[in-house]
Amino acid sequence: MERPLTQHIRKDGRPLTLKEYEAVGGYQALRKLLVMTPKEVQTLVKESNLKGRGGAGFSTGLKWSFVPLDAPKPKYLITNADEMEPGTFKDRILLESTPHQLIEGMIIAAYAIQANISYVYLRWAYKTAAQAILTAIDEAATSGYLGKNILGSGYDLEMHLHIGVGRYMCGEETALLNSLEGKRATPRAKPPFPQVSGLFGKPTIVNNVETLCCLPHIINNGADWFKKLSLTGDAGTKIYGVSGKVKRPGAWELPMGVTLRELIEEHAGGMQDGLKFRGALPGGASTDFLVEEHLDVKMDYTSVAAAGSRLGTGTIVVLDDKTCPVGFVENLEHFFAQESCGFCTPCREGLPWVEKILSAIDSGAGKIDDLKLLEHHTKFLGPGNTFCAFAPGAMEPLQSALKYFRDDFEKHIHEHRCPY
Amino acid sequence: MLTVEEIKEIEHAIKLVPYKKAASVEALKVVQEHRRWISDGSLRDVAKFLDMSPEELDSVATFYNMIFRKEVGKHVILVCDSISCWVMGYENLRDQLFSRLGIKFGETTSDGLFTVLPNCCLGTCDCAPALMIDHDLYKNVKADELNDILKKYS
Ligand SMILES: Cc1cc2nc3c(=O)[nH]c(=O)nc-3n(C[C@H](O)[C@H](O)[C@H](O)COP(=O)(O)O)c2cc1C
Ligand code: SF4
Ligand code: FES
Repeated sequence: MERPLTQHIRKDGRPLTLKEYEAVGGYQALRKLLVMTPKEVQTLVKESNLKGRGGAGFSTGLKWSFVPLDAPKPKYLITNADEMEPGTFKDRILLESTPHQLIEGMIIAAYAIQANISYVYLRWAYKTAAQAILTAIDEAATSGYLGKNILGSGYDLEMHLHIGVGRYMCGEETALLNSLEGKRATPRAKPPFPQVSGLFGKPTIVNNVETLCCLPHIINNGADWFKKLSLTGDAGTKIYGVSGKVKRPGAWELPMGVTLRELIEEHAGGMQDGLKFRGALPGGASTDFLVEEHLDVKMDYTSVAAAGSRLGTGTIVVLDDKTCPVGFVENLEHFFAQESCGFCTPCREGLPWVEKILSAIDSGAGKIDDLKLLEHHTKFLGPGNTFCAFAPGAMEPLQSALKYFRDDFEKHIHEHRCPY
Repeated sequence: MLTVEEIKEIEHAIKLVPYKKAASVEALKVVQEHRRWISDGSLRDVAKFLDMSPEELDSVATFYNMIFRKEVGKHVILVCDSISCWVMGYENLRDQLFSRLGIKFGETTSDGLFTVLPNCCLGTCDCAPALMIDHDLYKNVKADELNDILKKYS
């Protein structure tokens, strides 16, 4: 089984130095890149069927193709390393252990859209990653991989590390741009899309860390190789993770499309003794629950969507039979109520209300009509009713919990207490 | 008054952006790095330096949870209260920490040593529950380890 993104990660977790990265084929893709045209790079990546690993799963090559190549300078390429989706810890691994792989991927993406300025937007909590990236940017610049006239090609790229100061919303790409401009991290209206008018009004691409780390391997090995890494129609490998009361929580790079069962039972070692699997969020806090009947769902974008959820970040949070599903969802909605940017009313006012209702139910003070109120919110805060995708995301675990764990909600209400 | 050192660092941040205001978050970070938190006075000084009104800069400062607009202790303890940590025993860890320090979220110990705050997912959910003290991340934290952990900070 091939693990292109993680195979060279050192056991002690120390980041690969430039020399170590070069010794395992690092920056060879860059040399190939510089004799290709930007359009050729875009076409290759489009053909590889690489989809964005930040959660939405949009075709990376297609997204790049919306950038006007002949636009006046500057254009920007930004790495979204704000990883803050509760339950998600996959980008951290790549950032801390193989910073040069990310930098090479960033150069490839920047070249494909002819951007000359790039940023890594990193969340403040990733201190080890910050050091690794700063060192790696320095090493790359000293060796001529960054800066003016990269390897004599005439192509220039500068790279900066920007460390955020909190708030989940900074991960939403237009809010991220506002944040980089020194503003509140509220999202922007689309259109215009960032590809046309992004950072400081200039064409900009924002890509996830894992997405960018795939690029050197696609350039080196080709689109067909990348597609064949997967077990299904969605190409590549995926860094999956499992947390919750399993025997061996962790993260693993595996072929795209392994089943939920394989992840939980084999890689995570199954449930802790005495506990049963009740359900799971397949890709972070803002994805719908999957339950026992979905254990054989293939964990790719298409199959998880067909099962009524989203692959999201591919990092699974497991709910066991001794943990209260109402408390679980209350915790999630507390997070969302707190992190709402407050820009639009349904989300700003609706989420604290949802949290209050859930807290009342959990403490035994709920009424049966509260379930109708919650259901109303899942529609009222759903797609199309709010300014950005945050509120619909917040409703995904709630609507599926009301569907799959309805008995638990009713039991809390009828018994006036939490039965767990 | 901003110090010479602070001004130097803020000016460096301004060089990287097209106009001064765009460095507002960076400037707040610089001052907080030196003074631990952003007082009303610091806010006014930074605003003036960036040709912004204090209100405009405060609207930025108060948006971000890692810009502290209230005084914090020497060490800030951030306890992850997100889902994986909640499943793995966050509530017990939090309560033990509260009783060990004699304070609750948002408060500072009377000796000024620790402030404790809740925080969203720290990105280490496979090692839950987790907390951070200043730059140090602690994983798989058990309540009976708290004493040893806290002892390291003075
Ligand atoms: C509320 C919210 C938070 C997000 N947080 C992140 C994040 O932390 N990291 C990330 O890569 N994408 C995040 N996204 C998705 C980004 O908006 C964007 O789609 C992604 O960075 C694009 O990269 P990709 O095409 O490579 O996936 C978030 C989206 C929303 C709505
Ligand atoms: S949906 Fe929520 S997060 Fe998005 S703009 Fe509205 S208030 Fe802000
Ligand atoms: S939920 Fe606590 S570290 Fe992710």
